[in-house]
Amino acid sequence: MTEYITLSFLLFTIGAVGVLVRRNAIVVFMCVELMLNATNLAFVSFARQHGNLDGQTAAFFVMVVAAAEVVIGLAIIVSIYRTRRSTSVDEANLLKA
Amino acid sequence: MLELSWLLIAIPLAGAALLLVWGKGADRFGHLIATAASAAAFVLGLIMFVELIGRGADDRSVTTSLGTWFEAGRFHVEFAFTFDQLSSLFVLLITGVGTLIHVYSIGYMAHDARRRRFFAYLNLFVAAMLTLVLAADYLVLFLGWEGVGLASFLLIGFWQHKETAAAAANKAFIMNRVGDLGMVIALMTMFATFGTTSIAAVNGAIDSASGSTATALGLLLLVGACGKSAQVPLQAWLLDAMEGPTPVSALIHAATMVTAGVYLVVRSAGIYDASEIARTVVVIVGLVTLLVGAWIGCAKDDIKKVLAGSTMSQIGYMMLAAGLGPAGYAFAIFHLLTHGFFKANMFLGAGSVMHAMDDDVDMRHYGALRRAMPITFVTFGLGYLAIIGFPGMSGFFSKDKIIEAALGYNTWIGLAAMIGAGVTAFYMTRLMMMTFFGEKRWRDEVHPHESPSVMTIPLIVLAAASVLGGALYLGGWITDWLEPIAGHAEHPHLPVPVIVVQLGVMAVVALGVAAGVWLYRRDVPDRAAADADVSIVTRAGRHEIYTNEVNGALVVLPVRYLTRLLVWLDARGIDGTVTGTADRIGEASQQLRRTQTGYVRSYALGIFGGALLVVLGLLAVTLA
Repeated sequence: MTEYITLSFLLFTIGAVGVLVRRNAIVVFMCVELMLNATNLAFVSFARQHGNLDGQTAAFFVMVVAAAEVVIGLAIIVSIYRTRRSTSVDEANLLKA
Repeated sequence: MLELSWLLIAIPLAGAALLLVWGKGADRFGHLIATAASAAAFVLGLIMFVELIGRGADDRSVTTSLGTWFEAGRFHVEFAFTFDQLSSLFVLLITGVGTLIHVYSIGYMAHDARRRRFFAYLNLFVAAMLTLVLAADYLVLFLGWEGVGLASFLLIGFWQHKETAAAAANKAFIMNRVGDLGMVIALMTMFATFGTTSIAAVNGAIDSASGSTATALGLLLLVGACGKSAQVPLQAWLLDAMEGPTPVSALIHAATMVTAGVYLVVRSAGIYDASEIARTVVVIVGLVTLLVGAWIGCAKDDIKKVLAGSTMSQIGYMMLAAGLGPAGYAFAIFHLLTHGFFKANMFLGAGSVMHAMDDDVDMRHYGALRRAMPITFVTFGLGYLAIIGFPGMSGFFSKDKIIEAALGYNTWIGLAAMIGAGVTAFYMTRLMMMTFFGEKRWRDEVHPHESPSVMTIPLIVLAAASVLGGALYLGGWITDWLEPIAGHAEHPHLPVPVIVVQLGVMAVVALGVAAGVWLYRRDVPDRAAADADVSIVTRAGRHEIYTNEVNGALVVLPVRYLTRLLVWLDARGIDGTVTGTADRIGEASQQLRRTQTGYVRSYALGIFGGALLVVLGLLAVTLA
């Protein structure tokens, strides 16, 4: 049991660090996916431990959200790339005050 | 007819409204409408006066109410007018002299582009002054009181393009506010004490109030009277008020408005009879003003300012008489009426002289005008004889009576009043000598000429009134006439026979005249030479005994610093707090906006940090 949670924790940390340090929008995006899946793993593990289906249901919800997010996120990245010829998140800083 | 007293006010008021509303279209004939309105009021006043004479002695006070002015709780003000012995005399003086001055102004203001407006203001003044004297309630009186103040302000500053005129108008208005404050407090005191401001009710109920209330009311009304009548210590505005057109000086600042204070004291006889202290203060104010005005009159070179000083001085006589109580009320009014004639006459004469001298007012530029302007000279001369109290002239009777009454009250006050008569004779002689006699000192471009008849006819009528005004005292008529209002006048107990007093006054007057003739028999030095070598007394007189400086140091300067302090407090304190808060918030926002970097990763860090804090918080709560 502890192994699953440890793996989930490691995956989440990798994802979080990736979001914070990487500049390429695609990689940042993948790291977000990694974090989502890390939580999914935690949900499923806890569901298994507690012997009910609540966690598994939540995992499905997360997958749906992740799918929607991928669709919108990739669309945004593509359109930014089209206008700016770059996928670096640091170059898209027009909201700077 | 006596119920028509409101119409007396309505006619000139309608005239003023008509001229102001009609606008430029009435420029060509506006002055005629105004003069007709004033004359109509005079004729109506005369008819009413004749009817009043026809009535029985105890039936001569007719009060007409136009309805309730306003009502609040137990406070009830009736918009009522009283036509009685006192107000009828004033109505005749105001409309009579007023009409003559309207006629005179037709000539005097002929070349002024704003003549219609001038006549509208004159009519407004007549209406306000009539409201003042006809009012049956102190609050209605106050309405007229403020109305004449407004008209005075508008007319002093009529030539508003002159900075001095605008400043003089403001000065008169502001100094009058001080007096009006006294009036307002008096009105409040009346309401608090008696629950009414009706003149008859207040004066009738004064015995039911404490002596100190009567004294307070008397002193507060005196403050108002001092402001309006240019009495010490609120006298400084009158000399500056001479900036206005000369007919205005004659009507408002000599014959009528400035005597409103005397009217107020006499009308409030009940209050003053109840307070010895208030009456004494009135006597002192009158005496001081009498001497100060005469002093200033001796030193000024500006013909209108000499007359203004003289007006102050003569009103001082009236105040003095009014302060003597029943012994003097009737004589105060008597002198007020005769003064109204001869002083209006002389002011208009001075206007005629100025007209001839291209608006030069400096008597040092006059001289030998008697040949150039014979009618002005003769009418002015008759006014002169009247004011110095030449036997048989109106001023002789009225001033003599006041001096006798003052002597009966207190020997020293009587003697001071007597000296005042001598000084009056001196400064008026000085004026006559400098203006009409001696060598001509005109500047080359000036060609004096007699004024047109539209100006000289009022002069002739007023000169006749100045001579014959004493007839009001024939057989003691005026004292008998005013007795129901002023109370019975005992004959003063004099230390010496009356004839001695009269001879004494005449001797003092003769001395003054002789001094004036002797000192100004030769040529008058020019202004520069005259300024170089004068005694401290003359210097003080020329500077109006430094009252402007005293007022400036005691009132104007502190108030100016106070306003500066207030402005500073407002700008730095109140505004400073408000704008300062806004500025600080703005600065803080400037700092805060730097956190908005626009970098997605820094926002993400923020989110993580926040989430971490939330989780840690939850853990802490759960574990604790």
